[in-house]
Amino acid sequence: MGVMRRLLIAGAAATVGLAGAAQAETPKYGGTLNFVVGGNAPSFDGHQESTFAVIHPMAPFYSLLIKVNPENPSDPTAFVCDVCVGDVPKATDGGTTYTFPIVKNAKFHDGEALDAHDVAASLNHVMFPPEGVLSVRRAMYEMVESVKATDDYTVVIKLKYATAAFVPALANPYNWIYSASKLEADPNWYKTNIVGSGAFKLGEVQAGASFTGTKFDDYHVEGLPYLDGFKAIIAPKQSLRVQAIRGGRADIEFRSFPPKSRDDLIGALGAEQVNVQESTWNCNLSVSLNHNFPAFKDPRVRKALTLAIDRWGGSKYLSQIAIMKTVGGLIYPGHPWARSDEELEKIPGYWRDVEKSREEARRLLKEAGYENLSFDLVNRNVDQPYKIAGTWLIGEWKKIGVKASQRAVPTGEWFRSYRETKNYEAAVTATCQSIVNPILDLANNLSIDRSPQNYRDYINRDLDAVYDKAAKATTDEEAGQYMRDFEKGILDDNAHYMIVLWWHRLIPHRSYVKGWKVSPSHYLGQTLVDVWLDK
Amino acid sequence: MHKYLIKRIFMMLPTLLGAGIFIFFLLRMIPGDVCLVRLGGQGGFVDPAAILACQQQLGLDQPLLVQFVTWFVSFFTLDFGVSMWTAQPIIQEVGLRFELSLQIAIMATLISIAIAIPLGIISAVKQNTWVDYLVRTFSIAGIAMPSFWLGILLILGILLTTQWWSGIPWLPPITYVPIWEDPARNLLQLIWPALATGYRYSAVATRMTRSAMLEVLREDYVRTARAKGVMEKLIVNRHALKNAMLPVITVIGIEFAFLMGGLVVTEQVFNLNGLGKLFVDSVTNYDYAMTQSLVLLVAVIFVITNIVIDVAYAWLDPRIRYS
Repeated sequence: MGVMRRLLIAGAAATVGLAGAAQAETPKYGGTLNFVVGGNAPSFDGHQESTFAVIHPMAPFYSLLIKVNPENPSDPTAFVCDVCVGDVPKATDGGTTYTFPIVKNAKFHDGEALDAHDVAASLNHVMFPPEGVLSVRRAMYEMVESVKATDDYTVVIKLKYATAAFVPALANPYNWIYSASKLEADPNWYKTNIVGSGAFKLGEVQAGASFTGTKFDDYHVEGLPYLDGFKAIIAPKQSLRVQAIRGGRADIEFRSFPPKSRDDLIGALGAEQVNVQESTWNCNLSVSLNHNFPAFKDPRVRKALTLAIDRWGGSKYLSQIAIMKTVGGLIYPGHPWARSDEELEKIPGYWRDVEKSREEARRLLKEAGYENLSFDLVNRNVDQPYKIAGTWLIGEWKKIGVKASQRAVPTGEWFRSYRETKNYEAAVTATCQSIVNPILDLANNLSIDRSPQNYRDYINRDLDAVYDKAAKATTDEEAGQYMRDFEKGILDDNAHYMIVLWWHRLIPHRSYVKGWKVSPSHYLGQTLVDVWLDK
Repeated sequence: MHKYLIKRIFMMLPTLLGAGIFIFFLLRMIPGDVCLVRLGGQGGFVDPAAILACQQQLGLDQPLLVQFVTWFVSFFTLDFGVSMWTAQPIIQEVGLRFELSLQIAIMATLISIAIAIPLGIISAVKQNTWVDYLVRTFSIAGIAMPSFWLGILLILGILLTTQWWSGIPWLPPITYVPIWEDPARNLLQLIWPALATGYRYSAVATRMTRSAMLEVLREDYVRTARAKGVMEKLIVNRHALKNAMLPVITVIGIEFAFLMGGLVVTEQVFNLNGLGKLFVDSVTNYDYAMTQSLVLLVAVIFVITNIVIDVAYAWLDPRIRYS
């Protein structure tokens, strides 16, 4: 894949000026960062939750074993130690053993020393949760055999098989390090309490309203953080979050705003007062076709529907009104394994000549006997980007004579219809991941009896075999090649799944906020360790 | 009167029971549940085993009848349980918001009374004059204008005015501080939503005051007073106003109860962490335990408000006696 495309996709081009400027400037100490969060956290336990509303206000309180490189969060393959020493260790024993030396100066905010037993207990809490404890990401660690503290400052993780999926999975931003003694006393203690070892300690929680953090003087990285503290203000209404930045009540929002809000902020405050950081988002907008619906059992019909979509044109126009932009396949477009534009253009549905594409779609529908196809498209009753995309897709399909009726329903019903009851014909769906980890991210395309996340409900043993080779490949190159074959099998040969466009993160913030760099996910890079205020 | 009050308090029980049964089963008719939204809401990796574990943790895997009996018995022993979303005690979550909602309700009611009663009286006394037309236009505009929309206009107006005035846009505070901690900041935040809701609320009360006053001013005893040469000011204030207040108090009382839990959109617009926002959050998040408790809380507020209104009737009109 071209280096330029990767740079552009990862948002580096959008932030390079800022990064360059930040490097030239000397960080200043002090100040309080105010930011708005568009959701209310469920419990406080990151191991048990999966929403950004937990990450944004609470990540600054915690450390991780390893994390995405804060210097270059756009690179989906770069990881660094947080409470381990040196670089992320290379695997030994044929790729099945990782040995992590743990820092000796880390402390929890209540004064308790952090050691290898805390790290092991925390990872076991995620990977092998005790009875009665929920672990949302447990299934991501099927490759892990054991996590042990071999002494006070060494953690050894043994895998059942070598896999390129492990290190990114370990860097998951929810894998907060908890105190082993607290977990032992009550494995659910962290649901209602916050005591971490991150750069900030808890100030005050106003349930449903705000979280404040103050600088932790004993943070294990000398000289950090720069800020005296932060305040996370919960503000579910997007228009208010925009006005809060405009009116000086907040400095930044870390999830994303639609293009219109970015333009409004720049218009109101002027380009000098607002910096905008952008990145392709590790979230894609997709269409799931229920393979049990008679028409969608036929791969020709599925292929016709994907052929009808003008992704390149859609990217150009939809990106002006919605949080979608990048054309891509199944693999995150900024990842080294992802297809280049030239390679994508060979896959049906990605051809540049949209008329040729639609002609082929009509031919396939006629051949399959579904010239007057009509179906129900269930969608989430949320504008950005679901309903915008749904409305646009209906127009695209209409151009090949297909009639789709959009049914926008509340979130719970939407999930239930396509995930639980599978009582749907077609659905606008979305997949949002934190760490870019193609092997795990694409597991939802395995056969239904292998992956309950396969909401299309199909079985394809040939593709399962290709995936297994990728998952157990011992080198990145080998894994990458198999994943690309797997991707082609899903998108091209069988048209099992349809990626419409990848989401696009737009973070307009006050220009005095420095040191924060956009990443491919709104879950990453939220410890605020490197953030400082130039005012 | 005492007997009446005790009887009314006991009458609350079947009302609450009915509301409880109704909301419990109504909520469960909505497809989806809190675990699906909590764990899968972001579209990321969701382990079905985790969803099952979550449902077991919250008792959602139990038969409906078992869930209902467990909840209802707990409720009547004043054990409100914990929120299915935040895992925090419901009593604590509601308590936090109650204070803010109560303050807004009181402020909006005071603003409303301050506007409605003088305007309603003037409008009635000056019936069919330009003053009456002006007041009626003002009040009809209030009824026609949703308070959340007025709130949005207020916010935009403040931002634009301050930017025009000082070059720096200013937004009222968006996080709550109790009035005894920082009165200025508290009022700076709450005065705007209180104005937006108070205006709308005053519009209804103004109309009611006007029509009640018009009716009373046509009564025989008012005509008699006028015939005896009593000053118009005394007629209005002493003879007419008190008698015209009965329907006005009903409206004010019901609106007050509504404000305690019904400022659903206005609270969102001003980012107020009150009961209305909690209602929206709990319904959106399928937090059955919280929604049920809030519905019953609002039912209690309405019942108590109605009792207070009835007592106020007896105070205003000595002819009314309850037994």
